[in-house]
Amino acid sequence: MTFGITTWGAYIPRPRLERSAIASAHQWVAPSLKGLAKGRRAYCSWDEDIVTMAVEAARNCVPTLNRKTVREVRLASTTAPSADLQSSAIVSAALRLDHDVRVLDFGGSHRAGIAALGSAMRSSGEPILVIGSDRLRARPASAQEMQYGAGAAAFLVGDQGVAAELLGFSSSTTLLVDHFRAAGAAYDYYWEERWIRDEGYLKVGLKALKAALLDAKVAPAEVTKFIFPAPGKGIADAIAKAAGIAATAVADSLDAEVGFTGTAHSLLMLANVLDQAVPGDVIAVAGFGQGADVLVFRATNVVVSARPTIAVSDSVARGFGVQSYTQFATFYGELYPDYGMRAERDTKTALTEQYRSSDQVFGFVAGKCSQCGQVQFPQLAYCVECQAPASALQPLCLAEEAAKVLTYTADSLTYHPSPPLYVGFAQFDVGARLLMEFVDVEPTTFGVGTRLQMRFRIKERDDTRGYYRYFWKAAPAN
Amino acid sequence: MATGIKDKVAIIGMGCSRFGERWDVGTEGLLAEAFDEALADAGIERSRIDAAWTGSCFDRINVGISAIPAATALRLDGIPVSRVENMCATGTEALRGAAYAVASGAVDIALAVGSEKLKDAGYGGLPVQTKGTLNDLWLPMGSAPAGFAQLAAGYRARYKVDRDDLKRAIGHVSWKSHQNGVHSPKAHLRKAVSMDTILNAPMIAEPLGLFDCCGVSDGAAAAIVTTPEIARSLGKTDLVTLKAVQLSVSSGKESTTDQWDGSYVRNTRNAAAKAYREAGITDPKSQLSLIEVHDCFSITELVTMEDLFLSEDGHAVTDILDGVYDRNGKIPCQVDGGLKCFGHPI
Repeated sequence: MTFGITTWGAYIPRPRLERSAIASAHQWVAPSLKGLAKGRRAYCSWDEDIVTMAVEAARNCVPTLNRKTVREVRLASTTAPSADLQSSAIVSAALRLDHDVRVLDFGGSHRAGIAALGSAMRSSGEPILVIGSDRLRARPASAQEMQYGAGAAAFLVGDQGVAAELLGFSSSTTLLVDHFRAAGAAYDYYWEERWIRDEGYLKVGLKALKAALLDAKVAPAEVTKFIFPAPGKGIADAIAKAAGIAATAVADSLDAEVGFTGTAHSLLMLANVLDQAVPGDVIAVAGFGQGADVLVFRATNVVVSARPTIAVSDSVARGFGVQSYTQFATFYGELYPDYGMRAERDTKTALTEQYRSSDQVFGFVAGKCSQCGQVQFPQLAYCVECQAPASALQPLCLAEEAAKVLTYTADSLTYHPSPPLYVGFAQFDVGARLLMEFVDVEPTTFGVGTRLQMRFRIKERDDTRGYYRYFWKAAPAN
Repeated sequence: MATGIKDKVAIIGMGCSRFGERWDVGTEGLLAEAFDEALADAGIERSRIDAAWTGSCFDRINVGISAIPAATALRLDGIPVSRVENMCATGTEALRGAAYAVASGAVDIALAVGSEKLKDAGYGGLPVQTKGTLNDLWLPMGSAPAGFAQLAAGYRARYKVDRDDLKRAIGHVSWKSHQNGVHSPKAHLRKAVSMDTILNAPMIAEPLGLFDCCGVSDGAAAAIVTTPEIARSLGKTDLVTLKAVQLSVSSGKESTTDQWDGSYVRNTRNAAAKAYREAGITDPKSQLSLIEVHDCFSITELVTMEDLFLSEDGHAVTDILDGVYDRNGKIPCQVDGGLKCFGHPI
């Protein structure tokens, strides 16, 4: 059997900023931004990055029961938090994948997401989890600040239960530098849009598309879904027209509510297309950057039954507006508001302790006492209920367990990057209880008894050393 | 079978610094203020002290770790001095150590002294501490009021108390303490405030507003204890003896299992029951004529009235609003102003 896409899932962070709020903040210096000020863009809260988004997309893609099938993780991003510390290893730990699962980080270009998927499609053997995740940062008042978004998409590639089979592909390399970001630099540097469109997308991109369709033995008119993400408007339509693909086949760019998500974007759009695909759909999906990768798929008979629990459209719909440009700018490191002296606390992580308690912290593994049945987090030397030794505690992961708010408050005194801190006891249906941070809280609907789902997030950022500490937080259930 | 310490230990001297924002004096000076007053009250020389327990919580803005800096500050030479820390029970722990030493016969006269210099933090509220290497990996950030505000949510949920009713009751707790603080010359906050001011104050940790939180103060206090026999030999009459000192610490049961609903403090109930037993109190409601409790936040005092078995479960709100714990009530509480107004140097 050849490899194909078996399941998929996406994640889009819930905060949304009206583009008009960005334009309005920069009116004095960049009045022309007004022309781009339509719709909203997604952005990461202070505690979300490409690792946390990748985990959420993967959880949506691969239900807990199927995690054992994953034998390799390929994670693409251009905005990984560390230059030397594999994001895919953290994702693997959060998903509780086996220690012999191979992990690989991809990057270096927005094309890395589709390239990672393409490389997995051309593999064989054991199932591969491919994830694209990006949290693109843009210079304030740049066009990119308006166009960029944040998100992640994950695909499980294998030969069992294929929902989309690969018909053909192309991959070309052309050193056309439309933009670049220097190592360690915060922002991308772009050349003129018109040149990028005319010489880049409409020549390099079009050529790669034609080559892929040829490889797939598919006529342009047979393509029912066409995905070619680009930061500028109208580019995909122009390529489709030039290639002879029907205008109606051009897929939603997700520009209205999300924005361009870098390495994740081809994959995010593909996930959205697959969510709505019917058997027989022919899907061409491309990614651009120093050349282009194009994959051509055909949806199989199981494409409908393979749909994830949470569709991309659900994530799009769950956005909530925070109409504060300064909050967005602070979360992305453009502004440093005075958080007060409490923020001076050292958050150095004892890497020794983190390693010892890795299953607990990354995997959210509680202990179920084999003598009295009590589920408890953290796992210490003795059972909290019957004092049985730690050897009596059997691992029980809380990440997918149902819980509700027992008590909570909104803490305005403590240092918190996004005050107030919502904090309280989460009571799990399996009996565990712990004090947790609540995230994605909408104050009017949140209270004692609110049902919760767990989210993998940055617990604290050690800005002195550049290390992120991750743990699980609780969010109102979907 | 343990017999407890009832009437085995007499307090012969007490001292207390003025509480508040003591920009004028450091921790060493605060210790000395309390110590001098205690010595004078006891009418003994420093050389009579056989052992001392010193307590402080936030060591980075105090004299430092170990007992040596406090012993140095008070020039306690060549005697056993121990530093204790147990958060807000630190002072009680110092007294417990001194009392147990006397009751055991190990020493004749012991000193308990506690000091805190919170106003050297540079900002309002309590200094931010590490929670330990493992806990720091998972426990949320969060302030002290956020911790105690969980009680408000738990209490409201259990007894179906309307938010505004609870807010009025805890507001009354603070209103009463402000009324009382006016009369304490050493208190931090000595100004009466209106219920309107209390109820409309800025929110700190829902539903706790500014006036639901105690004063963050500098201060020190000291007690000198000995046996009743030695006290009498020193010419003391009308002795003040300890009836009971009890402490109860959580094993994590409340925060880790589903056996607690957040509406009370299980360990206060444990400690109260043990203390009443040690002291021979069988009906606290009729036998207690004055109480001082840990009112770090107004909601803490409210649930403590039930945890001390003074108000029936679910009735603290009405008892408080009925004035049971007011200065002229049935069981006056915090007549000195409490932590709320006298101050709370941890």
